[in-house]
Amino acid sequence: MDSALIPKGVERCPLGRFLVFIAVVGAVLLWGVVAMFLIYIKGLNQTNMNNAYGFALWIWADLAVIALGGGAFFTGLLRYIIGKDELKNIINYAVLIGFVCYSSALLILAIDVGQPLRAWFIFWHANVHSMLTEVAFCLTCYFIVLTIEYVPLMLENRQLQRVTFFRHLAHNMHGIMAVFAATGAFLSFFHQGSLGGVSGVLYGRPFGFRSGIGIWPWTFFLYTWSAAACGPCFTILVTRITEMATRKKLVKDNVIDLLAKIAGWMLLTYITAKIVDTVYWAAVTAPAMGFTLLDFYTNNPGSAYGLWILIAEVGICGVLPALMLVSASVRRNPRLLFLAVLLAVLGACLNRWVMILQMQAVPVLPFEKWFTYLPSWQEIATTILPVAYGIILIAFSYRYLPIFPQEPELNPLPEGGR
Amino acid sequence: MFPFSFEWVWDLGHLVFHGALWYALSILGIGLAYCILKAAWQTARGEEEGHGHP
Repeated sequence: MDSALIPKGVERCPLGRFLVFIAVVGAVLLWGVVAMFLIYIKGLNQTNMNNAYGFALWIWADLAVIALGGGAFFTGLLRYIIGKDELKNIINYAVLIGFVCYSSALLILAIDVGQPLRAWFIFWHANVHSMLTEVAFCLTCYFIVLTIEYVPLMLENRQLQRVTFFRHLAHNMHGIMAVFAATGAFLSFFHQGSLGGVSGVLYGRPFGFRSGIGIWPWTFFLYTWSAAACGPCFTILVTRITEMATRKKLVKDNVIDLLAKIAGWMLLTYITAKIVDTVYWAAVTAPAMGFTLLDFYTNNPGSAYGLWILIAEVGICGVLPALMLVSASVRRNPRLLFLAVLLAVLGACLNRWVMILQMQAVPVLPFEKWFTYLPSWQEIATTILPVAYGIILIAFSYRYLPIFPQEPELNPLPEGGR
Repeated sequence: MFPFSFEWVWDLGHLVFHGALWYALSILGIGLAYCILKAAWQTARGEEEGHGHP
């Protein structure tokens, strides 16, 4: 029924099965939309945020998806600026994943601001001394870049390609994509960094505060570095999941291997810098403010933030995947590669959790106890909402757009196929 | 956001922040306008060589 829209040389599941899948994911999306409207209508009292937790589940989700969406800017940088030509076979998917991640981040922010009608104040009445102003500027501009990168992909739909203007437009946009990719890399460097800078400059929060260079704390550089390392890991992870779901090979092994190798070395250098930063913070920065390392990891309810979380973030989800990814034999093993990129992705998410939620949980004054927080169902539903949206957008894009240039070659149709 | 806004101050902070914002927006705007206008020109002239990826 929709075969005229499906790209040439590839096969897709029957429309009925596709629509059932969309309906199932759509039900989850609808749950999130109900929660979103509840929050819009009744306000932020629908959340469990409080005076201790001004940043909560939403901001963690925001920072996590922005870090994981970093695969788009870093793959674009490698492909268009550094000239890693093999990556042209995965750049479309990296852009799509980045588009999903950044649109999700903006959606979550639109819910989180409480009064979306005043969201434009951050541009009009900008506080030029705030890291978050820079984040808002760069996030918006980079989302425009991702949209510009996604549009030519949409224009390559079989039916849209029949329109001469769209064909020329897609061709022209691809022609100067390096300019957009360079702008995207510039913007990403600053907003990823500024997100890290937000916790790093909080001198009233010794758990997050870091020294640094000039006005930039070390977390500024660590966040950008981790996004460049873990973003491509997320691209590989989602590609593998898509291959499992479609039961097809979509990208050749040499492409995945190259991206995984670069991500591995980025992760290894990042985690080395992270360890140095943590040691310096534990030995110098925190003691100078009257705290020891164990003050941040003991005496909290249920040991939710015990030393285990530091070991999990830096060791199991940092050093381990980095060592795995730099090993050629591990990269050649699909199961081990999957495990390595999964751990790296979990590491980035855990890092953002620690720097946002643990930072606020830690008592600062002598008479304070650990602050606890459990998100409401509305917060959980609106955090799952972008995941459902992302799955639906990826499903539609995969079905109707030539996302994977190597798919026809890797999955030749039988004689008489489309 | 604009120099005619009442709270605008000609200091380094405003120049760096807003300068970078307008710089990025200008590149994106000019790039996009170039692509659209060129595509419209090519379509009007009846050119046929556009095929997505160059």
